[in-house]
Amino acid sequence: MTVFIIRRLLQAIVVVFLMSLIVFFGVNVIGDPVDMLINPEADQAEIERTIRALGLDKPIHEQYLFFLKGVASGDFGKSFIFGEPALKLILHHMPATIELALVSLVMAIVLGIPLGLYAGLFPDQRISRAIMAGSILGFSLPTFWVGLMMIMLFAVYLGWLPSTGRGDMAEFLGIRSSLWTRDGLSHLFMPALNLALTNISLVIRLTRAGVREAMHQDYIKFARAKGLTTRRVVGVHLMKNILIPIVTVLGLEFGNLLAFSVVTETIFAWPGMGKLLIDSLLQLDRPVVVAYLMIIVLFFVIINLVVDILYSVLDPRVRLRDQGT
Amino acid sequence: MKSIRHSLAILAASTLISAPALADELTIALASEPTAMDPHFHNLGPNNAMSRHIFDRLILQNEKQQLMPGLATEWGPIDDLTWEFKLRQGVKYHDGSDFNADDIVCSFERAPNVPNSPSSFATYTKGKTVEKVDDHTIHIKTASPYPLMANDVSTIPIVSSEAGCDGTTEAFNNGSATIGTGPFKFVSYSPGDSIIVERNDDYWGDKPIWSKVTFKPIKSGPARVAALLAGDVDMIEGVPTTDITTLAKNADLALSQGVSNRVIYLHLDHDRADSPFVKANGGGAIDNPLRKLEVRQAISRAINRDAIVDRVMEGVAIKAGQLLPEGFFGVSDNLSPVGYDPDGAKELLAKAGVGDGFELTIHGPNDRYINDSKIAEAIGQMLTRIGIKTQVETMPRSVYFKRASRGGPGETPEFSFILVGWGAGSGEASSPLKSLIATHTPDKGWGASNRGRYSNPEVDALVTKALATVDDEDREALLAQATEIAINDAAIIPLHYQVNTWAAKKGLKYIARTDEATLAIGVVKE
Repeated sequence: MTVFIIRRLLQAIVVVFLMSLIVFFGVNVIGDPVDMLINPEADQAEIERTIRALGLDKPIHEQYLFFLKGVASGDFGKSFIFGEPALKLILHHMPATIELALVSLVMAIVLGIPLGLYAGLFPDQRISRAIMAGSILGFSLPTFWVGLMMIMLFAVYLGWLPSTGRGDMAEFLGIRSSLWTRDGLSHLFMPALNLALTNISLVIRLTRAGVREAMHQDYIKFARAKGLTTRRVVGVHLMKNILIPIVTVLGLEFGNLLAFSVVTETIFAWPGMGKLLIDSLLQLDRPVVVAYLMIIVLFFVIINLVVDILYSVLDPRVRLRDQGT
Repeated sequence: MKSIRHSLAILAASTLISAPALADELTIALASEPTAMDPHFHNLGPNNAMSRHIFDRLILQNEKQQLMPGLATEWGPIDDLTWEFKLRQGVKYHDGSDFNADDIVCSFERAPNVPNSPSSFATYTKGKTVEKVDDHTIHIKTASPYPLMANDVSTIPIVSSEAGCDGTTEAFNNGSATIGTGPFKFVSYSPGDSIIVERNDDYWGDKPIWSKVTFKPIKSGPARVAALLAGDVDMIEGVPTTDITTLAKNADLALSQGVSNRVIYLHLDHDRADSPFVKANGGGAIDNPLRKLEVRQAISRAINRDAIVDRVMEGVAIKAGQLLPEGFFGVSDNLSPVGYDPDGAKELLAKAGVGDGFELTIHGPNDRYINDSKIAEAIGQMLTRIGIKTQVETMPRSVYFKRASRGGPGETPEFSFILVGWGAGSGEASSPLKSLIATHTPDKGWGASNRGRYSNPEVDALVTKALATVDDEDREALLAQATEIAINDAAIIPLHYQVNTWAAKKGLKYIARTDEATLAIGVVKE
């Protein structure tokens, strides 16, 4: 198991390196940020000064080597726009995104699994059909549209929830979060639900498919025949067997929630990493974009690792080792 | 029963009394967020607008960008090379310390020298030496006569010599150095989330009516509108033009509009004989027709400015005939927007020897100015109608501006015919004349945004003379004259002046500013 983890981490380093190479040169090809950063009234000397100050006067490969040297000592460079270390900026925006992603993951599990279970156990009921139809909508409606509609309905017409932003924060167990206040939760609800919609639908469909398939398996029939209660058959025998694909997908989706909640964060003006990424991309703030994507790649690697470990917990038959070795 | 009715009446009465009184707290949604609380870090619109709340300048610009006393009560040249500023007495910083001449000296030193600054104030401090005469008098010297001294000085935020001058940008962001003399005190800064300021009760000028102001950056236009409709914010800036009609009908809201100092214009290649995006019919090479005055005039006449204002801008713009709208310093009285005259345009083309037209590509940004890509499309159609077959290509500003300024070989402008905008930060005509019209001369800092490489010695001479003329009236006449020559020569083709829209809850009004800034002191109760 230790060897497995070490090997995985080594692979991660290679992936992160390649990614930084692609993004660094890619962003450079698009353009340079000087014309957006500088006051239009600035004269040529001032433009030159800014280009030099950002290190953009040097050839691109030199800039990259310089960047690598910094990374080796934990310095991802300073944001062109904010003048602050890119890593610090990202870490500053991370808690808001983690909060959002966690709540939306919990929503996906808490709503998705029971609904999917119901739809799978009683496929012919009208409610089940409604659930399945709803899940199609959840999949196919674009997030930004649903987000705006939610704002129109809950914030503008009904006035139940605040439209944008992050609410009051409080400290609990040493963690500063808006999860601990009423105001914070009311701000969190809509963006989290918006972000969760696709995943709720996904979990519903996965669970339903799993249930439908597993119900005809011999072990379920046998458990029934043994006279176990339905509760135990469904809760233990069935659930354990259908959870593996759900855990896999949710793990990957959690990565997606963390990394690319861009649309939701923009619509709800949520001060998280996704908004930072899109702003940085639009302004070609290369240090932030590169550092961000490197961190995200690390995230995905770690999440996949955790998912693999969870497999072995859920299904003892799964051994942790690389295929083919 | 009677008692219930009685208490209901009291309840109704009490809500009636409390409801109309607006709270003294204000929440404003911003379309673009400042990048730091350090007033000298980034010389750009959103930052400068935000720093106006906390930090004063020696001279302030009012909503029409006219100069008015700030921390200086009087100013003027005492000889050709020296300007004297008398400082306001008895002004205190937010931390209780006194304001004096030392603060000016160190602020002018700090402003151009902030580490990692993406755009510094060097443009305005360059060539000026600040000297303290006594605690409340300073002299600013230049090497040659410099009439724009007051305009330049009005851009530099003054920080405290004790608390601010040695402060890092980080110290300003966390509030320990964010101590000014302005109408508001810093409370908190949470990037991406909110900036909070509270009233400075000891302010030397008109005290703000708002005890606490929260700024929330909401970049997405629809989300900003929704936040206003939901009552989460009291006012928004940058109302999308598509929403203006709907919001104007909403009885719970009030719109405030005002013309800005920003002209949207077309720049054409005056320089290259073989311009990359000008082709003969069928795509062959052609001697750049944009260099002929008749062709430039034809293009100007082919453009239906009324249609652009009415249809594309939904009425929220003013058609332009020169570099700055009426009322600004250095504007010519003899220029008016060119009328729509497609037949006249065709005749002019024939006169220039290109009666059959030619092929042209217009380049423009698609996320910089209000409806920029739609304007470019409209221009393309209008020019095609007179025989100049025009292709439209728009791109994000992150790509566009670099290519438009230095994308070609040898860092020359890449395009032949572009749509751009210019906001005169100084609020007078020398700003666009110097940057857009004057000959591209990097040593002098002229023509930095002259992406058409227009060059006219006559205009250059007038601008040079104007910039050495301290007398306001003479200078104004010289600037107007230079503008007339440039516009009549179609150095650029002005389209319209942008009009900005703010929307607020009913009962609030925003005093629209020509510099497009959103300031809490401009929000008044009606």
